[in-house]
Amino acid sequence: MTTLTAYRASKELFLNLTLRELRSKYKRSFFGWAWSLANPVATMVVYTIVFKYFLHSTPSPGHPSGLDVFALFLLCGLLPWNFFIASVNGCIGSLIGNASLIKKTYFPRELLPASTVGAALVSHLIEMGLLIFTLLCFGNWRLLEFLPVVVLLTILVALYGLGLGLMLSAWNVFFRDIQHFMGILTMVWFFMTPIVYSLAQVPAGARTILKLNPMTDAVLSYQAVLYNGHAPGWFELGYFAFSALVTLAVGQAVFNRLEPGLAEEL
Amino acid sequence: MSGSPVAVRADSVSKKFRLFKERNNSLKATVLRGRRVISEDFWALRDVSFEVEEGETFGLIGENGSGKSTMLKCLTRILRPNEGSVTVNGKVSALLELGAGFHPELSGRENVFLNGAILGLSQKELRRRFDEIVEFAGVGPFIDEPVKNYSSGMYVRLGFSVAINVDPDVLFVDEVLAVGDEAFQRKCNEKFAEMRGQGKTIVLVSHGLGVVQNLCHRVAWFSHGHLMEVGKPKDVIQAYTETVQPNRKLDEHGKPRWGSGEGRITAVELLDGTDRPLDKLHSGERAVVRLHYELDGPIEQPVFGLSIRTLDGFEITAPKSRDVNCVPDLLDGAGHVDVTFDEVRLLPGTYDITATLSDHSSLHDFDVRQDILRFDVERGAYAEDSGVVSLGGRWRIGELSGG
Repeated sequence: MTTLTAYRASKELFLNLTLRELRSKYKRSFFGWAWSLANPVATMVVYTIVFKYFLHSTPSPGHPSGLDVFALFLLCGLLPWNFFIASVNGCIGSLIGNASLIKKTYFPRELLPASTVGAALVSHLIEMGLLIFTLLCFGNWRLLEFLPVVVLLTILVALYGLGLGLMLSAWNVFFRDIQHFMGILTMVWFFMTPIVYSLAQVPAGARTILKLNPMTDAVLSYQAVLYNGHAPGWFELGYFAFSALVTLAVGQAVFNRLEPGLAEEL
Repeated sequence: MSGSPVAVRADSVSKKFRLFKERNNSLKATVLRGRRVISEDFWALRDVSFEVEEGETFGLIGENGSGKSTMLKCLTRILRPNEGSVTVNGKVSALLELGAGFHPELSGRENVFLNGAILGLSQKELRRRFDEIVEFAGVGPFIDEPVKNYSSGMYVRLGFSVAINVDPDVLFVDEVLAVGDEAFQRKCNEKFAEMRGQGKTIVLVSHGLGVVQNLCHRVAWFSHGHLMEVGKPKDVIQAYTETVQPNRKLDEHGKPRWGSGEGRITAVELLDGTDRPLDKLHSGERAVVRLHYELDGPIEQPVFGLSIRTLDGFEITAPKSRDVNCVPDLLDGAGHVDVTFDEVRLLPGTYDITATLSDHSSLHDFDVRQDILRFDVERGAYAEDSGVVSLGGRWRIGELSGG
């Protein structure tokens, strides 16, 4: 794994680029970091109103946790999804946005997409911390024993996002269509993932198809441990882990193949 | 080549660029046209091999588009050669564009750490050198300001300061020596001299032949992607300028001569104060350089010039008649021009004179006679041990009064 050694050797640069990403994101905005929380909160409020009160979507209460709060159910899927999509979309622009760096300096190029995932991870950890705190306040103590699963899931989502991001970021340098295409794909993919609804509300035939989507399995696992308070389905977790690792390997391979041409193409 | 270890090796490096006539910049185009992209290959480098020894300062010269900058980018791994390989031993730093990695919204301090990390410095090392870097750049009080508020000079100085403080074994420099004000230039040159003294390897690309000649141990000349010649600066630069100058040929004595030829310098003489020819003179004596000219027709505002160089090519002085407004409105026929030096303060040695006849802008040469006259200077009124010229300083030792 040359990538692993490259990452280790460039650990400091990775941290620096991640910091740069975080610092520059909210520079010169009055509320700064608070904005990274405002987005999921606003989404939660709007979706709750639309899906719960207008469309009467009512996922079954968490079992055995007994939780029956639509907003919390939503957040258990929404936060991982946001992390995933922020990683992928951040990656896509990361090479083009740093064209001057790539053309004028040498360092392992993977660090640019990787650092956007790193920056997204930091925001995500803060959001998840707050969500877990809230869930505990609502009495779901059982999630504590599944915290290692949450950590594992977070790592897998990061790797899945990175794998996809590596591939798309390199392609995007050659075909700028990728970023426009991703806008549509994001929307479709979001609704093909049981975030605003639970899988139980979906016709049985469609469930199997939805479960082919690795993010479905990821979100189901998150909902299992955070909302329901029981162990995740090991098949779902395994399928997601497998998808994440395969995606990472493919993404890395694509990136390695295109990497030599980046400086020329930009 | 001596036995020093090799710091940089280029082994039959070729680099191809594709020049697209019509290209697939979108998926639509790719789908419609398939892989049939209309492009032409352009070889920016073709089978280039050379080695740079440890501790050497190595220059790359050539005209624009000759491949020298592409070579530098291959050496710094920014571009990947299509064929051949590049090896660099030791820690590398590159000054390709100063401050390239700076993020405008971040402060100078944050950027120093970021840029240092890109160049491979650890955070610990950076913290240790931070004060030195800021001091060298001379941005002191502004270090916590966002760099977008910096003047371009400060920006570049900070970039240079970080790059140079990486303490590389091999430094690659692309045409960035000419940055900053006079004082900063001097600091840079001192830093380069210091690095040379420490046995660091420096590879630099420059258009400034003077810089290359003065700094480099060896020079490589690129033309149209091919490596033409590698060798001593004087020889390579000579060969390069001979090729680049139009209408260039050798005169009957084998000296380079070029120019459009409407006016010619037919001979150059060195005379003493009484019109007698000299082949040598003593330091401090009076001398006259006489340029004989011959014009085919009237020339408006012709400018005569001299350049006196040491044998290794260092230009000591290059007076032109325009400098002192000795320019006739119109000149025709034949005649001579005298340049009188009341006191030739050159120190003992051998010198070459180049004579030029050009138009008033100095952009158009009618005739250039390189090294047309060689003369010796022997010990005379000025007898300093080293250097090439005496400024005739007067010495006086002051003692404390009361004695």
